[in-house]
Amino acid sequence: MKKLLIDYVTIIRSKNAGPLYLTFDLIFRNKEDMEFIMARGVVTQEVIGKLYDCASEKISIIPYAVVNAIKITLPRKCVSGSSNDNDIYGCQQHMPLANLEVI
Amino acid sequence: MKIVALNGLLGYGYSEQALRKVFEEKVDYLGVDAGSTDPGPYYLGSGNSFTDRTVVKRDLSLALSLAIENQTPFIIGTAGGAGSRVHVEWLKEIILELAKERNLSFKMGFIYSDVSNDYMLAKLNEGKVLNLSDEFPLSGGQIEQSKRIVSQVGVSPIINILKQGVDIVLVGRCFDTAIYAAPCIMHGFPKGLAFHVAKIMECGAMCSEPTAAADVMQAYIHGDSFELEPANPLRKCTVERVAAHTMYEQANPYLIYESDGGVNVEHCTYEQVTPRRVRVRGSEFTETQQKTLKIEGVKSLGFRTICLAGIMDDRTIKRIDDIFETVKGFLREQVASEEYSIRLRKYGGVPDLGIVLDVIAKTQELADSVCALARAKTLHCDYPENEITEKRKSTAGNLAMPFSPFDIHVGEVFEFSIFHLVAVDDLNETVKTEITVVKNEKIID
Repeated sequence: MKKLLIDYVTIIRSKNAGPLYLTFDLIFRNKEDMEFIMARGVVTQEVIGKLYDCASEKISIIPYAVVNAIKITLPRKCVSGSSNDNDIYGCQQHMPLANLEVI
Repeated sequence: MKIVALNGLLGYGYSEQALRKVFEEKVDYLGVDAGSTDPGPYYLGSGNSFTDRTVVKRDLSLALSLAIENQTPFIIGTAGGAGSRVHVEWLKEIILELAKERNLSFKMGFIYSDVSNDYMLAKLNEGKVLNLSDEFPLSGGQIEQSKRIVSQVGVSPIINILKQGVDIVLVGRCFDTAIYAAPCIMHGFPKGLAFHVAKIMECGAMCSEPTAAADVMQAYIHGDSFELEPANPLRKCTVERVAAHTMYEQANPYLIYESDGGVNVEHCTYEQVTPRRVRVRGSEFTETQQKTLKIEGVKSLGFRTICLAGIMDDRTIKRIDDIFETVKGFLREQVASEEYSIRLRKYGGVPDLGIVLDVIAKTQELADSVCALARAKTLHCDYPENEITEKRKSTAGNLAMPFSPFDIHVGEVFEFSIFHLVAVDDLNETVKTEITVVKNEKIID
Protein backbone atom coordinates (compact mmCIF):
# COMPACT_ATOMS: atom_id res chain seq x y z
CA MET A 1 0.00 0.00 0.00
CA LYS A 2 1.15 3.50 -0.78
CA LYS A 3 2.64 5.17 2.30
CA LEU A 4 2.89 8.87 2.93
CA LEU A 5 5.26 10.86 5.13
CA ILE A 6 2.39 11.63 7.52
CA ASP A 7 2.09 7.89 8.26
CA TYR A 8 5.55 7.94 9.87
CA VAL A 9 5.11 10.91 12.19
CA THR A 10 3.24 11.72 15.38
CA ILE A 11 3.44 15.45 14.77
CA ILE A 12 3.81 17.43 11.56
CA ARG A 13 3.43 21.19 11.75
CA SER A 14 4.29 24.37 9.91
CA LYS A 15 4.53 27.78 11.53
CA ASN A 16 6.09 31.18 10.99
CA ALA A 17 9.57 31.59 12.41
CA GLY A 18 9.05 35.35 12.33
CA PRO A 19 7.19 36.91 9.37
CA LEU A 20 9.94 36.10 6.86
CA TYR A 21 10.41 32.36 7.40
CA LEU A 22 8.35 29.19 7.57
CA THR A 23 9.51 26.35 9.74
CA PHE A 24 8.30 22.74 9.66
CA ASP A 25 8.64 20.20 12.46
CA LEU A 26 8.40 16.50 11.68
CA ILE A 27 8.40 14.39 14.82
CA PHE A 28 8.74 10.69 14.03
CA ARG A 29 7.24 7.72 15.87
CA ASN A 30 10.71 6.42 16.65
CA LYS A 31 14.40 6.70 15.76
CA GLU A 32 14.18 3.92 13.15
CA ASP A 33 11.46 5.70 11.17
CA MET A 34 13.40 8.95 11.21
CA GLU A 35 16.57 7.24 10.01
CA PHE A 36 14.63 5.29 7.38
CA ILE A 37 13.04 8.45 5.95
CA MET A 38 16.34 10.30 5.85
CA ALA A 39 18.19 7.35 4.34
CA ARG A 40 15.54 7.01 1.63
CA GLY A 41 16.09 10.62 0.60
CA VAL A 42 12.41 11.45 1.11
CA VAL A 43 13.27 14.78 2.70
CA THR A 44 16.06 16.58 0.88
CA GLN A 45 16.66 20.21 -0.06
CA GLU A 46 15.82 19.35 -3.68
CA VAL A 47 12.52 17.66 -2.85
CA ILE A 48 11.43 20.43 -0.48
CA GLY A 49 12.54 23.05 -2.98
CA LYS A 50 10.27 21.60 -5.66
CA LEU A 51 7.39 21.13 -3.23
CA TYR A 52 7.48 24.71 -1.96
CA ASP A 53 8.84 26.45 -5.04
CA CYS A 54 12.00 27.57 -3.26
CA ALA A 55 15.67 27.56 -4.26
CA SER A 56 17.12 24.46 -2.61
CA GLU A 57 20.19 26.26 -1.20
CA LYS A 58 17.88 28.48 0.89
CA ILE A 59 16.37 25.50 2.69
CA SER A 60 17.80 24.25 5.94
CA ILE A 61 17.11 20.71 7.12
CA ILE A 62 18.34 19.93 10.62
CA PRO A 63 17.76 16.66 12.51
CA TYR A 64 16.80 17.13 16.16
CA ALA A 65 17.57 13.71 17.52
CA VAL A 66 16.42 14.23 21.09
CA VAL A 67 12.78 13.81 20.00
CA ASN A 68 13.42 11.96 16.69
CA ALA A 69 12.56 15.09 14.75
CA ILE A 70 13.58 16.96 11.65
CA LYS A 71 13.26 20.71 11.34
CA ILE A 72 12.96 22.30 7.92
CA THR A 73 13.15 26.08 7.52
CA LEU A 74 12.71 28.11 4.33
CA PRO A 75 11.98 31.72 3.38
CA ARG A 76 8.31 32.56 2.97
CA LYS A 77 7.14 33.23 -0.59
CA CYS A 78 5.66 36.47 0.65
CA VAL A 79 6.04 38.25 3.98
CA SER A 80 3.36 37.26 6.52
CA GLY A 81 0.31 39.48 6.24
CA SER A 82 1.28 41.06 2.93
CA SER A 83 -1.60 41.63 0.50
CA ASN A 84 -1.10 38.34 -1.36
CA ASP A 85 -0.52 36.17 1.71
CA ASN A 86 -3.20 33.58 2.47
CA ASP A 87 -1.88 32.02 5.69
CA ILE A 88 -0.72 34.64 8.18
CA TYR A 89 0.36 32.18 10.90
CA GLY A 90 1.81 29.82 8.28
CA CYS A 91 0.22 26.95 10.18
CA GLN A 92 -1.52 25.28 7.19
CA GLN A 93 1.50 24.91 4.92
CA HIS A 94 2.42 21.37 5.96
CA MET A 95 0.12 19.45 3.60
CA PRO A 96 2.42 19.08 0.58
CA LEU A 97 5.04 17.69 2.98
CA ALA A 98 2.56 15.44 4.80
CA ASN A 99 1.41 13.90 1.52
CA LEU A 100 4.91 13.15 0.21
CA GLU A 101 4.98 9.59 -1.02
CA VAL A 102 7.52 7.33 0.65
CA ILE A 103 8.97 4.96 -1.92
CA MET B 1 13.06 30.18 42.82
CA LYS B 2 9.60 29.64 41.40
CA ILE B 3 8.30 31.52 38.38
CA VAL B 4 4.82 31.22 36.95
CA ALA B 5 3.41 31.93 33.50
CA LEU B 6 -0.23 33.00 33.64
CA ASN B 7 -0.74 31.51 30.18
CA GLY B 8 0.71 31.69 26.67
CA LEU B 9 -1.10 34.88 25.76
CA LEU B 10 -2.93 37.40 27.87
CA GLY B 11 -6.54 37.25 26.68
CA TYR B 12 -6.56 33.55 25.80
CA GLY B 13 -7.91 32.44 29.22
CA TYR B 14 -6.59 30.06 31.93
CA SER B 15 -7.83 27.90 34.78
CA GLU B 16 -8.49 30.20 37.76
CA GLN B 17 -8.42 27.22 40.09
CA ALA B 18 -4.93 26.32 38.87
CA LEU B 19 -3.69 29.88 39.42
CA ARG B 20 -5.09 29.97 42.97
CA LYS B 21 -3.38 26.65 43.71
CA VAL B 22 -0.04 27.94 42.42
CA PHE B 23 -0.19 30.80 44.89
CA GLU B 24 -0.58 28.41 47.84
CA GLU B 25 3.22 28.35 47.87
CA LYS B 26 5.50 31.29 47.30
CA VAL B 27 5.65 32.56 43.73
CA ASP B 28 8.72 34.69 43.14
CA TYR B 29 7.63 36.11 39.79
CA LEU B 30 4.48 35.99 37.69
CA GLY B 31 4.70 36.71 33.98
CA VAL B 32 2.60 36.75 30.86
CA ASP B 33 3.25 37.35 27.20
CA ALA B 34 0.66 39.76 25.87
CA GLY B 35 1.64 40.02 22.22
CA SER B 36 3.29 38.75 19.06
CA THR B 37 3.97 39.66 15.43
CA ASP B 38 2.35 36.36 14.40
CA PRO B 39 -1.13 37.88 13.95
CA GLY B 40 0.32 40.07 11.24
CA PRO B 41 1.11 43.72 10.61
CA TYR B 42 -2.34 45.27 11.13
CA TYR B 43 -2.18 45.48 14.91
CA LEU B 44 1.05 47.42 15.11
CA GLY B 45 -0.23 49.74 12.37
CA SER B 46 -3.69 50.38 13.75
CA GLY B 47 -2.75 50.57 17.43
CA ASN B 48 -5.39 47.93 18.22
CA SER B 49 -4.85 44.62 20.00
CA PHE B 50 -5.62 41.25 18.45
CA THR B 51 -6.91 40.20 21.84
CA ASP B 52 -10.29 41.24 23.17
CA ARG B 53 -10.43 43.98 25.82
CA THR B 54 -13.12 42.27 27.92
CA VAL B 55 -11.24 38.97 27.95
CA VAL B 56 -7.90 40.64 28.71
CA LYS B 57 -9.49 42.41 31.65
CA ARG B 58 -11.01 39.16 32.88
CA ASP B 59 -7.63 37.36 32.54
CA LEU B 60 -5.91 40.12 34.52
CA SER B 61 -8.49 40.45 37.24
CA LEU B 62 -7.53 37.47 39.42
CA ALA B 63 -3.86 37.52 38.40
CA LEU B 64 -3.41 41.14 39.41
CA SER B 65 -5.12 40.65 42.78
CA LEU B 66 -3.11 37.53 43.61
CA ALA B 67 0.18 39.11 42.54
CA ILE B 68 -0.35 42.21 44.67
CA GLU B 69 -1.73 40.34 47.67
CA ASN B 70 1.29 38.00 47.64
CA GLN B 71 3.84 40.69 46.74
CA THR B 72 4.82 38.78 43.60
CA PRO B 73 6.18 41.08 40.88
CA PHE B 74 4.08 40.67 37.71
CA ILE B 75 5.81 41.16 34.34
CA ILE B 76 3.66 41.68 31.23
CA GLY B 77 5.56 41.59 27.94
CA THR B 78 4.58 43.08 24.56
CA ALA B 79 1.68 44.89 26.17
CA GLY B 80 -1.42 45.50 24.07
CA GLY B 81 -0.52 42.86 21.47
CA ALA B 82 2.07 44.79 19.48
CA GLY B 83 3.93 46.66 22.22
CA SER B 84 4.06 50.22 20.92
CA ARG B 85 3.31 53.15 23.24
CA VAL B 86 -0.40 53.22 22.29
CA HIS B 87 -0.63 49.50 23.02
CA VAL B 88 1.02 49.91 26.44
CA GLU B 89 -1.41 52.77 27.22
CA TRP B 90 -4.35 50.54 26.25
CA LEU B 91 -3.31 47.90 28.77
CA LYS B 92 -2.51 50.56 31.39
CA GLU B 93 -6.12 51.80 31.18
CA ILE B 94 -7.43 48.29 31.79
CA ILE B 95 -5.17 47.89 34.83
CA LEU B 96 -6.25 51.24 36.25
CA GLU B 97 -9.90 50.19 35.86
CA LEU B 98 -9.17 47.00 37.79
CA ALA B 99 -7.28 48.94 40.46
CA LYS B 100 -10.37 51.07 41.02
CA GLU B 101 -12.82 48.16 41.00
CA ARG B 102 -10.71 46.02 43.31
CA ASN B 103 -9.32 48.82 45.47
CA LEU B 104 -5.70 47.92 44.67
CA SER B 105 -2.60 50.01 45.25
CA PHE B 106 0.76 49.29 43.65
CA LYS B 107 3.90 50.62 42.02
CA MET B 108 3.77 50.20 38.24
CA GLY B 109 6.71 50.40 35.84
CA PHE B 110 6.53 51.05 32.09
CA ILE B 111 9.14 50.20 29.50
CA TYR B 112 8.58 51.83 26.12
CA SER B 113 10.56 50.69 23.12
CA ASP B 114 9.20 52.70 20.18
CA VAL B 115 11.74 54.04 17.72
CA SER B 116 11.42 56.98 15.36
CA ASN B 117 11.72 56.94 11.57
CA ASP B 118 14.75 59.22 11.97
CA TYR B 119 16.47 56.71 14.27
CA MET B 120 16.09 53.99 11.64
CA LEU B 121 17.19 56.25 8.79
CA ALA B 122 20.32 57.18 10.73
CA LYS B 123 21.07 53.49 11.40
CA LEU B 124 20.56 52.67 7.73
CA ASN B 125 22.91 55.46 6.69
CA GLU B 126 25.53 54.34 9.21
CA GLY B 127 25.37 50.82 7.76
CA LYS B 128 24.12 49.36 11.04
CA VAL B 129 21.07 47.61 9.58
CA LEU B 130 21.31 43.85 9.04
CA ASN B 131 18.84 41.88 6.92
CA LEU B 132 17.17 38.83 8.43
CA SER B 133 16.45 37.51 4.94
CA ASP B 134 18.04 38.35 1.60
CA GLU B 135 14.54 38.58 0.18
CA PHE B 136 13.64 41.44 2.51
CA PRO B 137 16.21 44.24 2.27
CA LEU B 138 15.56 47.72 3.69
CA SER B 139 15.38 51.01 1.82
CA GLY B 140 15.12 54.57 3.08
CA GLY B 141 11.71 54.77 1.38
CA GLN B 142 10.38 51.86 3.39
CA ILE B 143 11.50 53.57 6.59
CA GLU B 144 9.96 56.90 5.58
CA GLN B 145 6.62 55.20 4.78
CA SER B 146 6.52 53.35 8.09
CA LYS B 147 3.66 54.40 10.31
CA ARG B 148 4.86 52.84 13.54
CA ILE B 149 8.19 51.22 14.49
CA VAL B 150 9.15 49.30 17.63
CA SER B 151 12.30 47.64 18.90
CA GLN B 152 12.30 44.34 20.74
CA VAL B 153 13.98 44.89 24.06
CA GLY B 154 15.72 42.22 26.06
CA VAL B 155 16.25 41.49 29.75
CA SER B 156 18.29 44.49 30.89
CA PRO B 157 15.57 47.19 31.07
CA ILE B 158 13.29 44.71 32.86
CA ILE B 159 16.02 43.91 35.39
CA ASN B 160 16.67 47.62 35.91
CA ILE B 161 13.02 48.37 36.63
CA LEU B 162 12.53 45.29 38.84
CA LYS B 163 15.45 46.48 40.97
CA GLN B 164 13.46 49.63 41.68
CA GLY B 165 10.86 47.56 43.49
CA VAL B 166 7.90 47.74 41.11
CA ASP B 167 4.90 45.45 41.59
CA ILE B 168 3.83 45.41 37.95
CA VAL B 169 5.91 45.95 34.82
CA LEU B 170 4.26 46.73 31.50
CA VAL B 171 6.83 46.13 28.81
CA GLY B 172 6.41 47.44 25.27
CA ARG B 173 7.66 45.26 22.44
CA CYS B 174 10.10 42.78 23.95
CA PHE B 175 11.60 39.38 23.30
CA ASP B 176 9.11 36.80 24.52
CA THR B 177 11.91 35.21 26.51
CA ALA B 178 12.82 38.47 28.30
CA ILE B 179 9.68 38.25 30.49
CA TYR B 180 10.90 35.14 32.29
CA ALA B 181 14.65 35.30 31.69
CA ALA B 182 14.97 38.74 33.34
CA PRO B 183 14.13 37.63 36.91
CA CYS B 184 16.29 34.50 36.55
CA ILE B 185 19.31 36.46 35.36
CA MET B 186 18.71 39.15 37.98
CA HIS B 187 18.96 36.45 40.65
CA GLY B 188 22.23 35.18 39.24
CA PHE B 189 21.09 32.07 37.40
CA PRO B 190 23.06 31.19 34.25
CA LYS B 191 21.84 32.86 31.08
CA GLY B 192 21.56 29.62 29.12
CA LEU B 193 19.20 28.14 31.65
CA ALA B 194 17.31 31.43 32.01
CA PHE B 195 16.60 31.85 28.30
CA HIS B 196 15.76 28.18 27.82
CA VAL B 197 13.18 28.09 30.60
CA ALA B 198 11.82 31.40 29.34
CA LYS B 199 11.49 30.10 25.81
CA ILE B 200 9.22 27.33 27.09
CA MET B 201 7.32 29.39 29.67
CA GLU B 202 6.33 32.12 27.23
CA CYS B 203 3.82 29.73 25.61
CA GLY B 204 2.13 28.88 28.93
CA ALA B 205 1.12 25.23 29.14
CA MET B 206 1.79 24.51 25.46
CA CYS B 207 4.65 22.22 26.47
CA SER B 208 2.26 19.97 28.40
CA GLU B 209 -0.18 17.20 27.57
CA PRO B 210 -2.95 17.92 26.73
CA THR B 211 -1.41 21.03 25.27
CA ALA B 212 -2.83 24.50 25.95
CA ALA B 213 -1.61 28.01 25.36
CA ALA B 214 -4.54 28.94 27.60
CA ASP B 215 -3.29 27.67 30.95
CA VAL B 216 -0.89 28.26 33.83
CA MET B 217 2.68 26.92 33.80
CA GLN B 218 5.20 26.87 36.62
CA ALA B 219 8.96 26.49 36.67
CA TYR B 220 11.34 25.84 39.52
CA ILE B 221 14.78 27.30 38.91
CA HIS B 222 17.77 25.64 40.53
CA GLY B 223 21.47 26.44 40.19
CA ASP B 224 22.15 24.21 37.20
CA SER B 225 18.73 23.01 36.07
CA PHE B 226 15.07 23.94 35.85
CA GLU B 227 11.91 21.92 36.33
CA LEU B 228 8.60 22.41 34.58
CA GLU B 229 5.24 21.34 35.90
CA PRO B 230 1.85 22.51 34.64
CA ALA B 231 -0.29 24.08 37.36
CA ASN B 232 -3.47 22.39 36.20
CA PRO B 233 -3.56 18.75 37.48
CA LEU B 234 -5.30 17.74 34.24
CA ARG B 235 -2.01 18.31 32.40
CA LYS B 236 1.46 16.83 32.61
CA CYS B 237 4.88 17.69 31.22
CA THR B 238 6.67 14.92 29.39
CA VAL B 239 10.25 14.77 28.12
CA GLU B 240 8.96 14.56 24.54
CA ARG B 241 6.69 17.59 24.86
CA VAL B 242 9.28 19.78 26.57
CA ALA B 243 12.06 18.86 24.15
CA ALA B 244 9.73 19.29 21.18
CA HIS B 245 8.55 22.66 22.42
CA THR B 246 12.16 23.85 22.70
CA MET B 247 12.37 23.88 18.89
CA TYR B 248 8.90 25.38 18.32
CA GLU B 249 8.84 28.50 16.10
CA GLN B 250 12.63 28.51 15.91
CA ALA B 251 14.53 28.46 12.62
CA ASN B 252 17.24 26.26 14.15
CA PRO B 253 16.19 23.64 16.73
CA TYR B 254 19.47 23.94 18.65
CA LEU B 255 19.72 27.71 18.85
CA ILE B 256 17.54 30.18 20.72
CA TYR B 257 18.40 33.62 19.38
CA GLU B 258 18.78 36.53 21.81
CA SER B 259 19.90 40.12 21.34
CA ASP B 260 23.31 39.56 22.92
CA GLY B 261 23.94 35.93 22.05
CA GLY B 262 22.42 32.54 21.57
CA VAL B 263 21.47 29.57 23.68
CA ASN B 264 22.74 26.24 22.46
CA VAL B 265 20.45 23.42 23.57
CA GLU B 266 22.28 20.65 21.70
CA HIS B 267 23.72 19.08 24.84
CA CYS B 268 20.64 19.44 27.02
CA THR B 269 19.25 16.53 28.97
CA TYR B 270 15.57 16.10 29.72
CA GLU B 271 14.53 13.94 32.64
CA GLN B 272 11.10 12.84 33.87
CA VAL B 273 11.33 13.48 37.63
CA THR B 274 7.67 12.88 38.48
CA PRO B 275 4.82 11.79 36.18
CA ARG B 276 4.00 15.48 35.65
CA ARG B 277 7.38 17.17 36.00
CA VAL B 278 10.42 17.39 33.71
CA ARG B 279 13.94 18.51 34.65
CA VAL B 280 16.15 20.18 32.06
CA ARG B 281 19.85 20.88 32.29
CA GLY B 282 22.75 21.68 30.01
CA SER B 283 21.62 24.80 28.06
CA GLU B 284 24.67 26.88 27.16
CA PHE B 285 24.72 30.59 26.43
CA THR B 286 27.32 32.05 24.10
CA GLU B 287 27.66 35.79 23.97
CA THR B 288 28.02 37.32 20.51
CA GLN B 289 30.44 40.14 19.90
CA GLN B 290 27.85 42.24 18.11
CA LYS B 291 24.70 43.07 20.05
CA THR B 292 21.59 43.59 17.95
CA LEU B 293 18.11 45.01 18.39
CA LYS B 294 15.29 43.50 16.35
CA ILE B 295 13.17 46.22 14.76
CA GLU B 296 9.62 45.88 13.45
CA GLY B 297 7.79 48.49 11.39
CA VAL B 298 4.63 48.63 9.30
CA LYS B 299 3.30 50.84 6.53
CA SER B 300 -0.23 51.44 5.27
CA LEU B 301 -1.35 49.95 1.95
CA GLY B 302 -4.74 51.67 1.92
CA PHE B 303 -8.17 50.38 2.90
CA ARG B 304 -9.87 47.06 2.30
CA THR B 305 -13.43 46.00 1.45
CA ILE B 306 -14.29 42.35 0.89
CA CYS B 307 -17.26 40.30 -0.24
CA LEU B 308 -17.73 36.60 0.64
CA ALA B 309 -19.81 34.39 -1.63
CA GLY B 310 -20.36 30.78 -2.68
CA ILE B 311 -20.76 29.22 -6.12
CA MET B 312 -22.61 25.91 -6.37
CA ASP B 313 -22.99 25.60 -10.17
CA ASP B 314 -20.09 23.44 -11.32
CA ARG B 315 -20.08 25.02 -14.79
CA THR B 316 -19.77 28.47 -13.27
CA ILE B 317 -17.05 27.22 -10.93
CA LYS B 318 -15.06 25.99 -13.95
CA ARG B 319 -15.43 29.41 -15.59
CA ILE B 320 -14.66 31.57 -12.53
CA ASP B 321 -11.30 32.75 -13.84
CA ASP B 322 -12.93 33.89 -17.12
CA ILE B 323 -15.64 35.64 -15.16
CA PHE B 324 -13.06 37.42 -13.01
CA GLU B 325 -11.19 38.65 -16.11
CA THR B 326 -14.49 40.09 -17.41
CA VAL B 327 -15.08 41.72 -14.04
CA LYS B 328 -11.63 43.34 -14.08
CA GLY B 329 -12.30 44.68 -17.59
CA PHE B 330 -15.64 46.07 -16.43
CA LEU B 331 -13.92 47.81 -13.49
CA ARG B 332 -11.40 49.43 -15.85
CA GLU B 333 -14.34 50.96 -17.76
CA GLN B 334 -16.36 51.94 -14.71
CA VAL B 335 -13.78 53.20 -12.22
CA ALA B 336 -11.83 56.31 -13.16
CA SER B 337 -9.22 55.90 -10.44
CA GLU B 338 -6.39 53.39 -10.75
CA GLU B 339 -5.54 53.57 -7.08
CA TYR B 340 -6.98 50.20 -6.23
CA SER B 341 -6.18 46.52 -6.60
CA ILE B 342 -8.55 43.56 -6.63
CA ARG B 343 -7.86 39.89 -5.96
CA LEU B 344 -10.06 36.86 -6.28
CA ARG B 345 -9.37 34.43 -3.45
CA LYS B 346 -10.76 30.96 -4.02
CA TYR B 347 -11.48 28.29 -1.40
CA GLY B 348 -12.55 24.77 -2.35
CA GLY B 349 -13.89 23.84 -5.80
CA VAL B 350 -16.53 21.63 -7.38
CA PRO B 351 -19.20 21.14 -5.99
CA ASP B 352 -18.92 24.23 -3.82
CA LEU B 353 -16.46 27.08 -4.31
CA GLY B 354 -16.03 29.81 -1.73
CA ILE B 355 -14.74 33.11 -3.05
CA VAL B 356 -13.54 36.35 -1.55
CA LEU B 357 -13.50 39.49 -3.63
CA ASP B 358 -10.63 41.34 -1.97
CA VAL B 359 -10.27 45.02 -2.78
CA ILE B 360 -7.56 47.35 -1.44
CA ALA B 361 -7.80 51.01 -2.44
CA LYS B 362 -6.38 54.38 -1.47
CA THR B 363 -9.54 55.31 0.43
CA GLN B 364 -12.28 53.27 2.09
CA GLU B 365 -14.85 54.95 -0.22
CA LEU B 366 -12.99 53.81 -3.32
CA ALA B 367 -12.58 50.27 -1.94
CA ASP B 368 -16.33 50.19 -1.22
CA SER B 369 -17.22 51.35 -4.75
CA VAL B 370 -14.88 48.90 -6.47
CA CYS B 371 -16.08 45.98 -4.34
CA ALA B 372 -19.78 46.81 -4.92
CA LEU B 373 -19.25 47.03 -8.69
CA ALA B 374 -17.18 43.84 -8.77
CA ARG B 375 -19.73 41.95 -6.70
CA ALA B 376 -22.66 43.01 -8.92
CA LYS B 377 -20.75 42.18 -12.08
CA THR B 378 -19.63 38.75 -10.77
CA LEU B 379 -23.23 38.01 -9.78
CA HIS B 380 -24.63 38.68 -13.24
CA CYS B 381 -21.69 37.91 -15.51
CA ASP B 382 -22.43 35.82 -18.60
CA TYR B 383 -19.89 33.51 -20.15
CA PRO B 384 -19.89 32.29 -23.75
CA GLU B 385 -19.48 28.68 -24.82
CA ASN B 386 -15.90 27.45 -24.92
CA GLU B 387 -14.00 24.15 -24.82
CA ILE B 388 -14.69 23.78 -21.08
CA THR B 389 -18.43 24.46 -20.80
CA GLU B 390 -21.46 25.50 -22.80
CA LYS B 391 -22.69 29.05 -22.44
CA ARG B 392 -24.26 30.22 -19.19
CA LYS B 393 -27.82 28.95 -18.74
CA SER B 394 -28.26 29.80 -15.04
CA THR B 395 -28.98 33.46 -15.64
CA ALA B 396 -30.53 34.44 -12.29
CA GLY B 397 -27.19 34.93 -10.54
CA ASN B 398 -23.77 33.33 -10.10
CA LEU B 399 -23.30 33.94 -6.38
CA ALA B 400 -24.89 32.39 -3.30
CA MET B 401 -24.71 35.28 -0.84
CA PRO B 402 -24.48 34.20 2.81
CA PHE B 403 -24.89 37.66 4.37
CA SER B 404 -26.84 40.84 4.01
CA PRO B 405 -25.16 43.35 3.88
CA PHE B 406 -22.94 41.86 1.18
CA ASP B 407 -19.76 43.86 1.57
CA ILE B 408 -17.53 44.08 4.63
CA HIS B 409 -15.51 47.19 5.36
CA VAL B 410 -12.28 45.80 6.77
CA GLY B 411 -10.56 49.14 7.34
CA GLU B 412 -6.94 50.15 6.96
CA VAL B 413 -4.49 47.56 5.65
CA PHE B 414 -0.84 47.36 6.70
CA GLU B 415 2.19 45.36 5.72
CA PHE B 416 5.57 44.88 7.35
CA SER B 417 7.98 47.50 6.05
CA ILE B 418 10.77 46.73 8.51
CA PHE B 419 11.79 43.43 10.06
CA HIS B 420 15.50 43.87 10.55
CA LEU B 421 18.31 43.89 13.05
CA VAL B 422 20.22 46.98 14.07
CA ALA B 423 23.74 46.59 15.41
CA VAL B 424 24.11 48.53 18.67
CA ASP B 425 26.60 48.94 21.48
CA ASP B 426 23.93 49.72 24.03
CA LEU B 427 20.87 47.43 24.11
CA ASN B 428 19.02 50.07 26.15
CA GLU B 429 19.39 52.89 23.62
CA THR B 430 15.76 52.73 22.44
CA VAL B 431 14.29 52.27 25.91
CA LYS B 432 12.32 54.82 27.90
CA THR B 433 11.09 53.89 31.36
CA GLU B 434 8.56 55.41 33.74
CA ILE B 435 7.43 54.44 37.21
CA THR B 436 4.13 55.50 38.74
CA VAL B 437 2.46 54.78 42.06
CA VAL B 438 -1.19 53.85 41.79
CA LYS B 439 -3.49 54.17 44.78
CA ASN B 440 -6.84 52.68 43.78
CA GLU B 441 -7.23 54.08 40.27
CA LYS B 442 -5.35 57.31 40.89
CA ILE B 443 -1.80 57.88 39.77
CA ILE B 444 -0.33 59.75 42.73
CA ASP B 445 3.30 59.97 41.71
